Amino acid sequence: MSGLPLLSLAVWTPIFSGLIVLFFGADRNSPLARKLALFGALAGLFGTLPLYAGFDTATPAMQFVERLPWIRRFDVDYHLGVDGISMLFIILNSFITVIVVLAGWKVIESKVAQYNAAFLIMSGLLNGIFAALDGMLFYIFFEASLIPLYLIIGVWGGPRRVYAAFKFFLFTLMGSLLLLVSLIYLYLDSGSFAILDWQRMPIPLETQKWIFLAFLAAFAVKVPMWPVHTWLPDAHVEAPTGGSIVLAAIALKLGAYGFVRFSLPIAPDASHAFSGLILALSLIAVIYIGFVALAQEDMKKLVAYSSIAHMGFVTLGFFLFSALSVEGALVQMISHGFVAGAMFYCIGVMYDRVHSRQIADYGGVVNTMPKFAAFFMLFAMANAGLPATSGFVGEFMVILSSVKFNLWVGFAAASTMILGAAYTLWMYKRVVFGAVGNHHVAGLSDVTGREFLVLALLAAGVLGMGLYPQAFTEIMHSSVDELLRHVSVSKIQ
Amino acid sequence: MQTLYLLVPLAPLAGAIVAGLLCRVISRRLAHCAAIAGVGIAFVASLFIWNDVAAGNTFNGPVYQWLSSGDYTFQVGFLIDSLTVTMMLVVTFVSLMVHIYTIGYMADDPGYNRFFSYISLFTFSMLMLVMSNNFMQLFFGWEAVGLVSYLLIGFWYTRPTAIFANMKAFLVNRVGDFGFILGIGLVLANFGTLDYQPVFDQARSQIGATLNLIPGCDSSAVSLLGVTCILLFIGAMGKSAQVPLHVWLPDSMEGPTPISALIHAATMVTAGIFMVSRMSPLFELSDAALSFVIVIGSITALFMGFLGMIQNDIKRVVAYSTLSQLGYMTVALGASAYSVAIFHLMTHAFFKALLFLAAGSVIIGMHHDQDIRNMGGLRKYMPITWLTSLIGSLALIGTPFFSGFYSKDSIIEAVRLSHVPGAGFAYFSVMTGVFVTAFYSFRMYFLVFHGEERFGKAHGHEARASGDGHGKTAAEEHHGLAPGQKPHETPWVVTLPLVLLAIPSIFIGYATIEPMLFGDFFGKAIFVDGSAHPVMEELARDFHGVFAMAVHALISPVFWLAAAGVAVAWVFYLKRPEIPAAIGAACGPLRSLLENKYYFDEFNERVLAAGARLLGRGLWKGGDAGIIDGLIVGGSVRVVNCIALLARLFQSGHVYQYAFTMIFGVCALLTIWLLPRI
Repeated sequence: MSGLPLLSLAVWTPIFSGLIVLFFGADRNSPLARKLALFGALAGLFGTLPLYAGFDTATPAMQFVERLPWIRRFDVDYHLGVDGISMLFIILNSFITVIVVLAGWKVIESKVAQYNAAFLIMSGLLNGIFAALDGMLFYIFFEASLIPLYLIIGVWGGPRRVYAAFKFFLFTLMGSLLLLVSLIYLYLDSGSFAILDWQRMPIPLETQKWIFLAFLAAFAVKVPMWPVHTWLPDAHVEAPTGGSIVLAAIALKLGAYGFVRFSLPIAPDASHAFSGLILALSLIAVIYIGFVALAQEDMKKLVAYSSIAHMGFVTLGFFLFSALSVEGALVQMISHGFVAGAMFYCIGVMYDRVHSRQIADYGGVVNTMPKFAAFFMLFAMANAGLPATSGFVGEFMVILSSVKFNLWVGFAAASTMILGAAYTLWMYKRVVFGAVGNHHVAGLSDVTGREFLVLALLAAGVLGMGLYPQAFTEIMHSSVDELLRHVSVSKIQ
Repeated sequence: MQTLYLLVPLAPLAGAIVAGLLCRVISRRLAHCAAIAGVGIAFVASLFIWNDVAAGNTFNGPVYQWLSSGDYTFQVGFLIDSLTVTMMLVVTFVSLMVHIYTIGYMADDPGYNRFFSYISLFTFSMLMLVMSNNFMQLFFGWEAVGLVSYLLIGFWYTRPTAIFANMKAFLVNRVGDFGFILGIGLVLANFGTLDYQPVFDQARSQIGATLNLIPGCDSSAVSLLGVTCILLFIGAMGKSAQVPLHVWLPDSMEGPTPISALIHAATMVTAGIFMVSRMSPLFELSDAALSFVIVIGSITALFMGFLGMIQNDIKRVVAYSTLSQLGYMTVALGASAYSVAIFHLMTHAFFKALLFLAAGSVIIGMHHDQDIRNMGGLRKYMPITWLTSLIGSLALIGTPFFSGFYSKDSIIEAVRLSHVPGAGFAYFSVMTGVFVTAFYSFRMYFLVFHGEERFGKAHGHEARASGDGHGKTAAEEHHGLAPGQKPHETPWVVTLPLVLLAIPSIFIGYATIEPMLFGDFFGKAIFVDGSAHPVMEELARDFHGVFAMAVHALISPVFWLAAAGVAVAWVFYLKRPEIPAAIGAACGPLRSLLENKYYFDEFNERVLAAGARLLGRGLWKGGDAGIIDGLIVGGSVRVVNCIALLARLFQSGHVYQYAFTMIFGVCALLTIWLLPRI
């Protein structure tokens, strides 16, 4: 096993599968395209499982490293490797890809091959982001992964998809350019594009601050942090169900991942200097967005806003700089992948039948879809952070560490206990409970076998992680300790 | 033994899984057999464990490590001592009774299997809560019982009132949990662990520790333990429904009656009482926290009792009575009489579960009419229900020799002896409460079982009564008895639990007061700082045996207050029914204050909930759409647009314009270049 370039497989298996789907799955041949896509997604998932099995939790060093010179003129390498932070996201992403292919099985009827190919290619590119150890390689994957997402929203999206895509573009553009500028600066300063070299390199405080702000501009939009979050609800509303799942489950993690891979270790002193700002923005995300979510009338918007609030916990956890908080933030990222993915899938299941996302168009869904209602209840409770679901673990860890940091920070963070329950359960009540609301609801049919499978897979993730989070955190320990060591040592010389 | 410990929670869980996951496949009979077997096994295992604990064997150890991070580890584990095993017995016994009762009560309900799954799941969660050896698992169980309570209050999910009540219950409890998790956070921050034993061992070393409420401002320093305890107690206020977080409990009566007995009277709502007793090594060290506890408790005990006096829905009378009795327990906690609180928790679990189940039996007999004004004279038709209700009521009002007497009288004595700030008010509250309790209990008892038969007439109250409709649509629901129809006694599955609960309601106090309060039954499970709060020692000094205590009570004011309550109820509702109406008419404002439950619901719905929605809308439309999208995003788009407009002017496509611009530019450049040289 160890001889195989596992990470390259993780990156290129889905991409090649996508190309094959594109090639063989002509418009007349949708069933073949679906099957090929599922096969490719499963191959991608099983290809990443040896990463977990063969992972050495004792060392913080990068594992499964592959390094080949790529662009010699600029010392850019094809350099891949994972540690306890990034490895889990590769598996999560490959898992979500399977979910997405299954989710679009019956729903997508036009351009099936292109749809599935876009997801497969995006999956490979996203794996590339998490595996890249070369700054330029990271940047290329980081930007390239957006293209399939644009296409998914733009081609299979809703009526205002152009507005949504444009808004997203506007928000991202500035940050991406600044990210590129700082990567080039770091290269010129160090003579290397290796991220690990940058983490070891001394940088004066002023420079660190500029680098930190440039990174912030790029990553904050992706997280998204308040106040650069307004693209997300629009993008979710316009995206097809699969697009929303990937967007929430994986794409939102890119910004947060950027913080742990770049901002914290490369600019530790600036991270400390700006930590107050980030904490404030995170808490605003939790409270402000919590209230905004309460007022939503569109289910997808509501879950999109709740995603922003949950991601607020991630940035909050990172910038409290303790093992409990950083691991809590990472757990929250993975958990949010399951929970938000599941919430968007649930909304998709209803949308496929009624063709509306408005809460007011539902009511009493439990009467006609009892199995679905049970799953939806589980995910709603996970979204509200109920213990024994994955949604609780990260919030619990971050709230506890924020109380340790300062009681009032903890106070603000813990408000999610009330707000999260309020917006989620209020939506659930209006949509699922009650007498049958209208003839659309009366005519609903319960979940099909395929939908049941998708929901059950996600439920297994949510419950498994809630009951035994140790399986996830023990992988992170060494790498998080190493990260915190980087953050605690000043780089000013 | 350790396998037995695991068996106790896992057996009901297995029952819940069988009845729940297979609810569409298996028959009703199989579902209730699985669920009852699970709880039955748990009860028998608890008996064995009780025997073992009584022999002096306690246990404190992990089951598995849930999570480790940094310097902290969190585990799932059990702490088995006398306090735990008392709770285990109460929970499994009442749960078993309720399971059996449910066979009869829910017989016609389409959600029969689902219901059994939920109550077994509840039993599992509650057992995990009481058996925990750490704060993390306590919080797990805490929220899990909240979830099941949510599911069960909204069991009849087509009813608007039920699904409103369950959301309200969950959210109000979340407000309590908000405080609770902050308290847990402070424990972790200052003790470095969430396991009970090391935290309690270190507690003394933290007595002088302070916390600056305003960071960096030393004059805002408060006692760390005080803040921690009060935050933890806020959690208890949510779960044990103390003012002002009590608002969810009366509404929770929307759920089927068996769960009102199990969850909202006997077990879940007492979780807060249990928790504070468990935390006695922390609470004992903070007089501020104890004062807070005793004041909140006495407000609840007194003012919720008042509301019980005017309710007409049979379940709501019992619900307000529960609130008031929870207040009594809380008062006992504040007086450092933790063992008394647990003692009352236990006796109350039996007689209050009995009263609720009897109320349910009455509701079945009355064909789902819950309004006590439509009842009367039921003792002829429902003799077992009548007799057991009488026993329950006598226990509740503290009639000497009944179980409730021993626990309630001990609370009153403990409060009298307590010197915590607020104890004076608490004493006044619990004394007044005795009269109030006796009044509302016997008001209900007389209206239901004695006097004129008011059922079977035209259904004047039909529109208002919201009886247990078993998930049927409004059209199918039939409230109350048709004219000429008589109530009937309920089947044996309903009456058997009543009888089995009536027995401990009479005897359990007599049998257990000595070891529980004055012996060393609780041993190290409950910690009382005898030098600072000598209440229990003084109580023991005044105690001269169980028989003497009851006889002595006959000449005490407590007994006469209770007797007066019964007498007044008798006069008002059997002899001279015009009096209460006249009083009601005379005290208009007071009556509307009580009828509106002190306006708590109005305030919560009109101010808090509406305010939150308004704020959310404002932030959304004003902040997100207005400022961020409109001004910043839209603004930058407009700036780009303006620049583009200008730029577009130059790209007209007319060659002469380009040529002119070029010439103009060349001239300008030349001028700039040449001017300084001239």
